Amino acid sequence: MASVSLSEAEKVYIVHGVQEDLRVDGRGCEDYRGVEVETDVVSNTSGSARVRLGHTDILVGVKAEMGTPKLEKPNEGYLEFFVDCSANATPEFEGRGGDDLGTEIANTLYRIFHNKSSVDLEALCISPREHCWVLYVDVLLLECGGNLFDAISIAVKAALFNTRIPRVRVLEDEEGSKDIELSDDPYDSIRLSVEHVPCIVTLCKIGCRHVVDATLQEEACSLASLLVAVTSKGVVTCVRKVGKGSLDPESIFEMMETSKRVGKVLHASLQSVLHKEESLGPRRPKIGFLG
Amino acid sequence: MAGLELLSDQGYRVDGRRAGELRKIQARMGVFAQADGSAYIEQGNTKALAVVYGPHEIRGSRARALPDRALVNCQYSSATFSTGERKRRPHGDRKSCEMGLQLRQTFEAAILTQLHPRSQIDIYVQVLQADGGTYAACVNAATLAVLDAGIPMRDFVCACSAGFVDGTALADLSHVEEAAGGPQLAMALLPASGQIALLEMDARLHEDHLERVLEAAARAARDVHTLLDRVVRQHVREASILLGD
Repeated sequence: MASVSLSEAEKVYIVHGVQEDLRVDGRGCEDYRGVEVETDVVSNTSGSARVRLGHTDILVGVKAEMGTPKLEKPNEGYLEFFVDCSANATPEFEGRGGDDLGTEIANTLYRIFHNKSSVDLEALCISPREHCWVLYVDVLLLECGGNLFDAISIAVKAALFNTRIPRVRVLEDEEGSKDIELSDDPYDSIRLSVEHVPCIVTLCKIGCRHVVDATLQEEACSLASLLVAVTSKGVVTCVRKVGKGSLDPESIFEMMETSKRVGKVLHASLQSVLHKEESLGPRRPKIGFLG
Repeated sequence: MAGLELLSDQGYRVDGRRAGELRKIQARMGVFAQADGSAYIEQGNTKALAVVYGPHEIRGSRARALPDRALVNCQYSSATFSTGERKRRPHGDRKSCEMGLQLRQTFEAAILTQLHPRSQIDIYVQVLQADGGTYAACVNAATLAVLDAGIPMRDFVCACSAGFVDGTALADLSHVEEAAGGPQLAMALLPASGQIALLEMDARLHEDHLERVLEAAARAARDVHTLLDRVVRQHVREASILLGD
């Protein structure tokens, strides 16, 4: 990750500010930076989204491909996550340098989606035991300016919201041989319900308080943070402590309460932005990286 | 060319362009704040990002440092979702390594490396969507990023691809035209001097036709230069307004 070096005095300034609920950029402890979301930025994917959170820049592409269901879940499709820490973000990621962080983030994504309610996987099944849709969710990290996990989870949710999977029908003839027929209409597609897709809220412990959406400088001041995946209803699907420091049990419960409160607001505003963007229809001017 | 007519009798291509016409180019400099230089380019549906770090100290082994000039280090990677069929790895495969090497050669020819001895310049390009002409888009994006980083160059490097169909040279091939399997030429040009920084051609082409294809690619590269120049001037104008000059 792009490294920042802070002097002792700078650290004290940040820690004391957080104590007073006033952060370096003027935010309170439970405020996010402005989030920019745009969907449908890469036209050869089934769904894509770009999220910018401060200096953190994430691009997510979802590709739907046909595959065979897993043996233990014969009537469900599945999601595959891959995170590419591109050298664009920092020269340290050149070659295989970003692989460790990429794997860590991908495994966290697997974990927050590892439950029955997040995505309706049965909707991805085409014919049990034989064919299903596999959604390859590929995350591309273009710049990191702190709070990667939250930005990635927002981008994944937006990309899944944007995903359109072609509608197929299974035709069976008298001899029992099956044939898959793709709909003639390219706009005839199924969409996933993202209502229960969780978003990650990372809480950084700074001094004896915790903040959401930490910048790189604030992350450098914190020893440990708690990553909580919450759905729009406030259901927690995953909790993970990250960082080299330790947390006491009481503060963990406090942090989970905060994350639920913050998470609900985050989901509500993300939903409204996504719906608003969609209501503009295909004539919406696409900004992408040109704006 | 079974089934698909790449060039109609009226002289139009599959996407409605004339033989020597470029796709729409849109570009922007200074996309990211953390890097020393960055740029984004769209050529039709091909989208590429380039980021430049440097000149800085040599990272890793000191033995790589060159006593008389800067080391140019390039990495090409293409997002897993950029192609029609999903890619397994964004970089590290044979094609990406080759592209990295070609970019390096191209920019070693253009950057005044002797001004920064014993240092390193990193150029990272990332293809977000591939629809033909990825090499050209990468070179053009990288040129803008190097300019944005303020690294002295001999000249712009402008690249364009060209092909040859039914006796006509086509400029700026799209994915459909590349996939048809005709001859393809990729050229990087230093427009002011007319020198060629990189030239690569695959498939078979009669020697007599080569000149016409080269001519088409060079003309297209000059057109690209006009557009890039406009982008750079616009960027400088905006930046100087922000500085209050």
